[in-house]
Amino acid sequence: MTATPSPAASRGTEVRLTDLTRVYAGNVRALDGFTLHIAPGEFVALLGPSGCGKTTALRLLAGLEDADGGTIEVGGRDVTNVPTSKRDMGMVFQAYSLFPHMTARQNVEFGLQLRKQDKATRHGRAADMLDLVGLSKQADRYAHQMSGGQQQRVALARALAIEPQVLLLDEPLSALDAKVRSQLRDEIRRIQLEVGTTTLFVTHDQEEALAVADRVGVMNAGRLEQLASPAQLYKNPATPFVADFVGLTNRLHCRVAGGVAQVLGGAVPLLAGSAGDGLAIVLVRPEGVTIAPVGSGGSGGAGGAAATVVSASFLGASGKIVARLESSEGVGDLVSVQVDNTDVTAYAPGQRVLLAPRGDAALAVSAT
Amino acid sequence: MRPSGALVGVAPFFVYTTVFLLIPTIVVVVGAFADGSGRPTLDNVAALGGANSSFLPALQHSVVLSLVTALAGAVIGAVLAYAVSTARPDGLLKRFITSLCGVLAQFGGVALAFAFMATFSIQGFLTVWLNSLGLDTGSSIWLYQWDKGLMLVYLYFQIPLMLIVFLPAVEGIKPQWREATETLGGTTWTYWTKVAGPILLPSFIGATLLLFTNAFSAYATAAALISQASPIVPLQIAGTFTSEVILGQENVGKAMALAMVVVVALVMWVYAALDKRASRWLVR
Ligand SMILES: Nc1ncnc2c1ncn2[C@@H]1O[C@H](COP(=O)(O)OP(=O)(O)O)[C@@H](O)[C@H]1O
Ligand SMILES: [Mg+2]
Repeated sequence: MTATPSPAASRGTEVRLTDLTRVYAGNVRALDGFTLHIAPGEFVALLGPSGCGKTTALRLLAGLEDADGGTIEVGGRDVTNVPTSKRDMGMVFQAYSLFPHMTARQNVEFGLQLRKQDKATRHGRAADMLDLVGLSKQADRYAHQMSGGQQQRVALARALAIEPQVLLLDEPLSALDAKVRSQLRDEIRRIQLEVGTTTLFVTHDQEEALAVADRVGVMNAGRLEQLASPAQLYKNPATPFVADFVGLTNRLHCRVAGGVAQVLGGAVPLLAGSAGDGLAIVLVRPEGVTIAPVGSGGSGGAGGAAATVVSASFLGASGKIVARLESSEGVGDLVSVQVDNTDVTAYAPGQRVLLAPRGDAALAVSAT
Repeated sequence: MRPSGALVGVAPFFVYTTVFLLIPTIVVVVGAFADGSGRPTLDNVAALGGANSSFLPALQHSVVLSLVTALAGAVIGAVLAYAVSTARPDGLLKRFITSLCGVLAQFGGVALAFAFMATFSIQGFLTVWLNSLGLDTGSSIWLYQWDKGLMLVYLYFQIPLMLIVFLPAVEGIKPQWREATETLGGTTWTYWTKVAGPILLPSFIGATLLLFTNAFSAYATAAALISQASPIVPLQIAGTFTSEVILGQENVGKAMALAMVVVVALVMWVYAALDKRASRWLVR
């Protein structure tokens, strides 16, 4: 497994989590043979549904939980049994982690104070960090005098101030509102590229994971299903779980023959790992389906499957049409189609349309 | 001008404070400086400091008793509150303990005073039983002394009260603060001295002062346990209304009450000063 080296790779630390197991009371296997290798300076996002073990993996790396099995190596050193305070991890929690009786500056200086740095050094470093996160003017504010987004920036500055081996973020944006969330998300990425710290970012939001990370690890039931770049993950999902979890997909009944699925009156080439010949379900992305009004003669000429528009929505940069198939090809018979935002107005609920596959490669799974 | 709507809402509060706080205070203050027929005088106040007056020793006992039981109750109650906070939040144990403390903080003193007498007094069953075994239990006088038995009984309601008033502060402590301290390189010691300690201190001091005023003004427990002398101020005040020796001097009792008001006012002043410092970072 080779990682795309990030620009700051030379400064980062390598992390190897090998075969980690964590069993909670009641025999809950939060991690079950979890293996992840993060290259120096790399930004990896752990993505998965709630309860799949993301937080547990992060907390094991931080030393806040003990592993029941497996090893943790940071920078070539086995830290499996090293206490949290000696691991040099920068941690950003979901919310409310700032010390309420300290100002932003005092929070950022806290770790440096514990490292016995002198006052001038501490002040300088704290000022730099607050500047990095764009909060120089708020240095003397207490947590309750700042917005949620500002508090998270201070938490980030505090974590980075100690020049940690690894930066760990556990759903740091999930308590913020949508606009601040995407702003801060991009800023976290900018800052990470600037400081070059190896980073593990946990989230259940696929859009967030795909937007920030060099590579995304998709987790399911305590294991890593696939670790790949956002583009690879989207185009080449290794398992049905990944295909389903990453991006919206349409599930359509099809007939597979010779690595090609016949669906919506067209052919879809199949990805490696797909089901063999016979009946199957193919997972087609909304942008993998074309739509045309009946009688326009569009849709690649070869006809397509007849459907009725249920809704047409404008989503800013793009548009989404949802249509109900007249045949029983669809599993649950609604199909989402992504269209250009200028085309949304061409469709209205009740209108008859023809759907056809665009021909992008997709994954097919056994119909049973 | 029409009366503001906001005033209607707070009217019950003003009625309440007038009836239960303002009027009694005025009665006490006015009465403290009036003689039996209502003429102004300083005699009542002067009588408190008189040579054969037992008021000053009683005031000293009251202050020491309140201070000791407030400090001991606060420390023990705080430790218990921390222990309770680590129990499962929705657990039965926690609900049971907090309800029990609610009752004990209100009625614990009197009930325990009777239990003490039934157990340790000269006719108490423990004493009688030990005596029947030929063991001399000595005098059980300690039970009725303000700095022994009474102190012990006061702790019985001070500790539960501390637990109740301090528990919310302890539960406001976020687990992330400890974890952030650890990842930043801090130890358990660092956490308690630099994070949890300073965060809890204002609440702790506030609760301790509350315990002080609680003990200072407590009457029922002492009245249940002590019938011979009046070693503390609340018992002395009651004495001025029932005693035949100082008949016609009820207004001396009001002067004593005024002295109590002064002490409590001092405590409130300390509290307000502290609160002002902490409110820089406290969220309300
Ligand atoms: N302290 C704990 N005690 C018992 N079970 C836990 C504890 N922490 C997590 N779990 C369980 O472990 C599983 C994984 O949890 P977690 O790592 O928090 O998932 P995620 O962060 O992906 O939502 C869940 O089933 C959760 O209920
Ligand atoms: Mg989680």
